[in-house]
Amino acid sequence: MMTNMENVSNVPLIETRGLKKFFKVRGGLLHAVDNVSITIPARKTLGVVGESGCGKSTLGRAVLRLIEPTAGEVLFEGRDITKFNRSQMREMRRKMQIIFQDPYSSINPRMSVAEIIAEYMLINHTCASKAAAFQRTAELMDVVGLARRYANVYPHELDGGRRQRIGIARALSLRPQFIVCDEPVSALDVSIQAQILNLLMDIQDNMGLTYMFITHDLSVVKHISDEIIVMYLGQCVERATSDALFEKPLHPYTQALLAAIPEPDISMRNKPIQIIRGEVTSPVDPPPGCRFASRCEKAGERCHRETPDLAERESGHWIACHLYDGKGV
Amino acid sequence: MTQELLKITDLSVEYRTDKETVHAVNHINFSLNKGETIGLVGETGAGKTTTALSIMRLLPEKTGFIPNGSIVFEGRSIYDLEEKELHNIRGKHVAMIFQDPMTSLNPIMTVGEQIAEALELHNTDHKSHEQIQARVDEVLSMVGISPSRKNAFPHQFSGGMKQRVVIAMALVCEPDLLIADEPTTALDVTIQAQVINMIRELRDRLGTAMIMITHDLGIVAQTCDNVAVMYAGRIIEAGTAADIYKGEFRHPYTVGLFSSIPNLREKTARLTPIPGLMPDPTKLPAGCSFAPRCPHATELCRTTPPAAYKNNTHVIECHLLEGKDGWTKEARV
Amino acid sequence: MSTKYDDSPLMNLTEKKVEVNFKKESQIKEVWRRLKKDKLAMFGLSVIVLMIVIALCAPLIRPYSAAIKMNMRLKLALPSAAHWFGCDGYGRDLFTRCLYGSRVSLTIGFATAFATLVIGSMLGALVGYVGGVLDDVVMRALDIFSAIPSTLFAMAVVAAMGSGIFNICVAISLTNIPGFVRIVRSAVLGIADQEYIEAARAGGSPTLHILLRHVLPNAIGPLIVQTTANVSSMILSAATLSFLGLGIDPPQPEWGALVSEAQEFLRRSPHLLIFPGILICVASFSMSVLGDGLRDALDPRLKS
Repeated sequence: MMTNMENVSNVPLIETRGLKKFFKVRGGLLHAVDNVSITIPARKTLGVVGESGCGKSTLGRAVLRLIEPTAGEVLFEGRDITKFNRSQMREMRRKMQIIFQDPYSSINPRMSVAEIIAEYMLINHTCASKAAAFQRTAELMDVVGLARRYANVYPHELDGGRRQRIGIARALSLRPQFIVCDEPVSALDVSIQAQILNLLMDIQDNMGLTYMFITHDLSVVKHISDEIIVMYLGQCVERATSDALFEKPLHPYTQALLAAIPEPDISMRNKPIQIIRGEVTSPVDPPPGCRFASRCEKAGERCHRETPDLAERESGHWIACHLYDGKGV
Repeated sequence: MTQELLKITDLSVEYRTDKETVHAVNHINFSLNKGETIGLVGETGAGKTTTALSIMRLLPEKTGFIPNGSIVFEGRSIYDLEEKELHNIRGKHVAMIFQDPMTSLNPIMTVGEQIAEALELHNTDHKSHEQIQARVDEVLSMVGISPSRKNAFPHQFSGGMKQRVVIAMALVCEPDLLIADEPTTALDVTIQAQVINMIRELRDRLGTAMIMITHDLGIVAQTCDNVAVMYAGRIIEAGTAADIYKGEFRHPYTVGLFSSIPNLREKTARLTPIPGLMPDPTKLPAGCSFAPRCPHATELCRTTPPAAYKNNTHVIECHLLEGKDGWTKEARV
Repeated sequence: MSTKYDDSPLMNLTEKKVEVNFKKESQIKEVWRRLKKDKLAMFGLSVIVLMIVIALCAPLIRPYSAAIKMNMRLKLALPSAAHWFGCDGYGRDLFTRCLYGSRVSLTIGFATAFATLVIGSMLGALVGYVGGVLDDVVMRALDIFSAIPSTLFAMAVVAAMGSGIFNICVAISLTNIPGFVRIVRSAVLGIADQEYIEAARAGGSPTLHILLRHVLPNAIGPLIVQTTANVSSMILSAATLSFLGLGIDPPQPEWGALVSEAQEFLRRSPHLLIFPGILICVASFSMSVLGDGLRDALDPRLKS
């Protein structure tokens, strides 16, 4: 007989069901996130990869209810947080946090490093006293590798890598279980990127964190994720484990994405880089049919008419493409 | 007729303010032949953009100084030119593309007008209005934009298309040298592929020499014949692409750069980043500027700046090459 | 658990668990330190402080009666040892009138600028941050306000409430608040997009906390400059009202009123205009340079 404790461990930490976010814009309704259903087991990392405009950042924020979802459910340990009221959400904020992309605009230039890191603890009264909060701040600085001598310094005096560490320390301050990492290394130099990636992975191991890691960089996402979803124009087009996605990308968009990466290997020099023709179509009031169809080399008549469903074609490998549903294009 | 297009000798660039002097570029040497592409690789603060700006004499007037060195383009020293001659060269013989397409285009002029402007400024053979417009159409098609869109404004284009317009503007006068400063960093990977392909094609077709400034070793591998790696204002390693990517010896910083990139093919548990940060350009260390971060640094490295060691086309500034076979020591500049 | 990512293995890693002092230099001390370096701003500050001190000590310098005592024999007298600034059209000592006038003018200038700053900031921040329907409603209401000529409006207020310094301050503040709200709102709109605001929400910060801790401190630059500009313009607004007989009741002196009175005698007795005029200019200039200096000192990004 399963006790409650055992039961809980089978429930994924984060789950979304049919999550949608639409924005009213001048031309109509912008489908930023359209019917995305994901699950993230505890202590794992879900990579969300896609190019600009695919909705990945909006997805991350919708999961945290920093942006209110238009429809769908977001479940944290089985409970639907979209129905929570304000004080319940405040409780939740301690468990779900976010690390931002831009280390320059994501921290208040008028607060010192220590004040930024301590802020959440002070607002939420999670520490016994102000002194205790600052003591914990010092510990957090150690964890993220920020020398303590920077405590009273203003952020503009520090470089991008250090500023990003401030953001990470801040996200950790309330001891969350889940962190949305929104392109946390994209704005950093290559060697600093590697430092921060290592840091994020170490913290995950040491603190048992669960991540949603949003990025456009495929090599980064491969490195850090257990499972990956590929997004295109608000929809999830493919979902697989990290290894499976790179070994055997099924969706034409995923294939094109992988082929487009210039590899640091000069033996590949004169091979023309495969390119997807055309540009991304508009996310405003998209017509029915596969949204990638107009750019897809393998698109057929059915692709322009019918929207493909995300279905599991091989074990653990989901894909939204008519090429694989056995009915042809 | 000489093949050499650009020769930079012992160039140093400083930014001087009341408080401090930033040593942005320190004693660099490089040269470029006609039709060649060189990749200038490095991270933020290495001095790549400063180098590019100094080639076009675009350094900020009040604060940018060149204490030593020379830049010779097509046989003429850039810094000895008159304003008028300089205007003739800029845009016509040397063109530059910047990183951010959003701010490179004037939002209140149509795309066609901006490309035509580049032509009109260098209209030495007195093309007529129709001829100019024809050329604008031609160059727009060349970059993959339908000429019917030439009366559109920049904000009506996507990021990738804006960058293509910028490239069209740069290439419309068929310059001998194109300097591209991180042209695809702000673009999505699939658009980047389109733009890189296009740059390659155009370069092959027009025979333009190119300096490709980037931190992305993948792009360098795909587009460049030669590579120069910059660190703290110096070129610490230079050579052909084969030297840098497949060479037996490489500068420890270059090695570090390669291992910082997560590999698409193999699974690595942890990346090996280069610890620490690039030194403060107002306070460069004595000795080798990479020594504080180098896993192989010795006492010598910390006290004495290394000389350049040359093996055929491959040059590396590192003490580790002392006495190695095939590597001859050259005087440090 | 300490991770040694930041400093390289060769740099000093012995960061012992030292008790770090988290008192960063108090904001005010920091700002003061930076302000002191700006010589022009310090000059402005000294002048204004001097004016304020003199205004406060006015009764110790000359009795009020001297300001209103008429003496037709001294009509339009030129400056002399007995009357430093000369005398006006009624033979009253101009110096004393300027002296007591400074009390009124400076009070009106500072009080109204301050009231506008406080009320305008709160309203503008709220409206700019919350946006939506509140934004539309408030801004349209303010638009209606601004459509009324400010002088007429001030007149209406004073006519309804009566004259006197307080009422004048109310009237002038009301006419200036809409413009100020607009400035604050636009500064706030720029800030509300910044990610650190989103970060504050992600940490559970209530709206009021965000406004006071994140939005306003970062919006303060243009507000300071506008407020200092307001001080001088409000002194002139008070003068307009006095001129129309709705402001300070004569014979109580006030700089702007003195300037108005001087119009009649401009050609023959320019000294009536020059002295109060200079005082207004000096006060205005000092406030301006002080404002510039403050704005620079308040911005942590500008390297000191």
